[in-house]
Amino acid sequence: MDHLDALEAQSVYILREAFNKFDRLGMLWSLGKDSNVMVWLARKAFLGHVPFPLMFCDTGKKFPEMYEFQKKYAAEWGVKLLVRECPPIEEIDPTLPPATRSAARKTEALKRLIAEQDMQAVIAGIRRDEEATRAKERVFSPRGENAEWDFRDQPPEFWDQFKTDFAPGTHIRIHPILHWTELDIWRYIQREKIPLVSLYYSKNGKRYRSLGDQDITFPIESEASTIEEIIAELEATTIAERSGRAMDHEAEDAFERLRTAGYM
Amino acid sequence: MQVSSESPALKLVVVGHVDHGKSTLIGRLLHDTGSLPDGKAEAVIRMSERRGMPVEWAFVLDALQAERDQGITIDTTQIFFNTDKRNYVIIDAPGHTEFLKNMVSGAALSDAALLVIDAKEGMQEQSRRHGYILHLLGVRQVAVVINKMDLVDYREERYQELTGEIRKYLSGLGLEAAAIVPVSAREGQGLVAAPDKMSWYAGPHLVEVLDGFSPPVLPTDRPLRLPVQDVYKFDDRRIIAGRIESGRIRTGDRILISPSNKSVTVKSIESWNTPSPALSASAGQSVGITLSEQLFIERGQVISHEANPPIESNVFRARIFWLGRKPLEVGKRYKLKLATNEQMVDVQSIETVIDVENLTSAAGDKLERNGIGEITLRARAMLALDEFSENPKTGRFVLVDEYDTVGGGIIFMEGYPDQRSSGDVRSTNITAVEHRVTPDMRARSNGHEGGILWLTGLSGAGKSTLAIEAEQQLFAKGYQVYVLDGDNVRFGLSSDLGFAPEDRAENIRRVGEVAKLFASAGVLVLTAFISPYRADRDRARSIAPDLFHEVYVAADVSTCEGRDPKGLYKKARAGEIKDFTGVSAPYEEPVTPELTVDTSDKTVNESVAELLAYVEENFSLTGNGGGR
Repeated sequence: MDHLDALEAQSVYILREAFNKFDRLGMLWSLGKDSNVMVWLARKAFLGHVPFPLMFCDTGKKFPEMYEFQKKYAAEWGVKLLVRECPPIEEIDPTLPPATRSAARKTEALKRLIAEQDMQAVIAGIRRDEEATRAKERVFSPRGENAEWDFRDQPPEFWDQFKTDFAPGTHIRIHPILHWTELDIWRYIQREKIPLVSLYYSKNGKRYRSLGDQDITFPIESEASTIEEIIAELEATTIAERSGRAMDHEAEDAFERLRTAGYM
Repeated sequence: MQVSSESPALKLVVVGHVDHGKSTLIGRLLHDTGSLPDGKAEAVIRMSERRGMPVEWAFVLDALQAERDQGITIDTTQIFFNTDKRNYVIIDAPGHTEFLKNMVSGAALSDAALLVIDAKEGMQEQSRRHGYILHLLGVRQVAVVINKMDLVDYREERYQELTGEIRKYLSGLGLEAAAIVPVSAREGQGLVAAPDKMSWYAGPHLVEVLDGFSPPVLPTDRPLRLPVQDVYKFDDRRIIAGRIESGRIRTGDRILISPSNKSVTVKSIESWNTPSPALSASAGQSVGITLSEQLFIERGQVISHEANPPIESNVFRARIFWLGRKPLEVGKRYKLKLATNEQMVDVQSIETVIDVENLTSAAGDKLERNGIGEITLRARAMLALDEFSENPKTGRFVLVDEYDTVGGGIIFMEGYPDQRSSGDVRSTNITAVEHRVTPDMRARSNGHEGGILWLTGLSGAGKSTLAIEAEQQLFAKGYQVYVLDGDNVRFGLSSDLGFAPEDRAENIRRVGEVAKLFASAGVLVLTAFISPYRADRDRARSIAPDLFHEVYVAADVSTCEGRDPKGLYKKARAGEIKDFTGVSAPYEEPVTPELTVDTSDKTVNESVAELLAYVEENFSLTGNGGGR
């Protein structure tokens, strides 16, 4: 077993645990590299099948390439897709900084979708190495009545015995790729030949390292136009992955506030 | 930045008493090894200035607002970092007592541990508790860092004094420190180079110690343990899913299911998007396997080979650490989670409560939060388990109270036997008994051969009617004859089974075995079971191939539904009965039955006559068949 095999086996174990424990389960498919890997891992876990719906909260501000990608692969992979519009910005907490407020639309849409589908658990593709508050996450992470995250009192989680018993009214976020790094993701995409939105590859000296809404995501200077080149670039970089995400940098605690309120 | 090796990162947990400088040590280590992203160091310096304090390297990790304001680590953080030799994941665990659950969550993931001790304060309660828990969690590689040497003027005497104390404590736990490194994290002494302020120290600096730890080894050479995680039926395959915790499995292997104690053969190892189908798999892999026959298998059972199976017991002893707000008490009931198995267990006794200060133990009737002790647990059902020393993955468990994980423990069996039943065929102490009364002798005495008439057909086809009528008439003719049907089997021999496909298969297997015994005793057995699956009937045939006669009692669904003697079709159509053959479950017609009796257009007497003619032909010693 090499490193990627070990990561894959752990993710498969987590997905199978989730599927066994929850009847009403969904997976967030943001169309980015991480969530594509996650859908791929689900197909590994369930031997070609994805036995729960994929959820997408549409801000209406994604890049056109992303919408095309979604259409093509939802059909090709034979997945059930639940798409919902995000509420307008006016319905979102006005005390949040602008980019953060924009991102919070997704949280709101997700909460509504969870309520509408009466979901017990949602699988999300966050990783510990992305951002410091995500580093503190659990694999099975409970959320309160309003999807809020209580990082001050998280359940113990050890020996792969996850929290699978919880009081009515709480729901669970499941993070099957929490233990992966950005480089792991790329090496796995390379090995498995997982399709990706073209925006990750360099065009005119720029590429996206992380994908969000058009108005709050910025490309990096890069000539890396193949997976091999991207991996080489990441092996040498000292710049953080989410540096192109405006909402992470507006205030010292902007992202933490987002997550505490239920953001991924 | 990462070392571009494909090998997994070594997971390192940093533990120790609160304020002994764990987060500072990590922050500074990241900085000194060039592992921080651009701008992070500047941000930390700016944050420290804003708060009017010297550079606080702990801010690198303590990213949460609350932590920055209170200056403590609330939860475990994971940071990726590398030396020239390899990649690491550093797990920073909180030192406060009230966050012990978070320390455990972090430490349990690690391959090695750093125990950080303040040079001035020395070993404190949490240093000792963390040491003990590392030992319980099975973390065997531990190095000690004596931090804040600057506060004791970098004196060698203080280092020596602490070293003796630390070694003595750890050896009491059966742990040995790989090294005891004197450092000052704040001043950057002894982390990535020899400390110039401590020329008396000739040992390795911190990075050298880290690079000396061994990567984890997967237990591929241990006996096979594959706890069943789930059973899938997404397509025409029935797949048993699970992760191999130890050992290796190959297609064609004869495997044992515990605690049900059944053996079966591995037909295939399934996978998706792999270059070729795997013929074997080993520890660490999450697999899906298919089996040669349909056994009843469920989550929680453990797959092993027939040699070296897990222990079966409903009672075991454990060393546990307790995280629950309410104390653990004798007589209380908790949910045990052991690998994929979940069972209720009762605390039978608490043998000792361990004092982490001096490693003494005393008797007690409860275990308080953050306490450690030795207890005995008893389950109502039989469990498949191992001693932790033999197999850590299947020898450890957590306890759940209501909705929360409240403790973790490791199993040892001192004083309790393995209860694996010795009454099955796999045990070597059974030899087949040679009967002196032969089948021929029995047949001559009875005037007919023994045998099995296996009646199969839809509910309402007339199996029981036919069997009961034939039994009466054959008995009148002097036959030793007996009917096995749902009524006399389901209430006794199979009273533990339901109607799920696996249960039905097991029921048919039992009926087949019993029918064989009756037939061997010279009796003519008539069985009346729907037995809808060809595979199950074939298996019943294989139990006694020379004695077995398949009788297809044929009638189509509409005919049977028209009769509906027990009102079952009506209930099935209304959705009140699940898995009802012909309505919501399949019936596989026999391909080459020895006899077909079509009852749809015959009276009962006509049908019985057909059956009786067949019996005379094949079993009577006086009839024209003369046996077989």
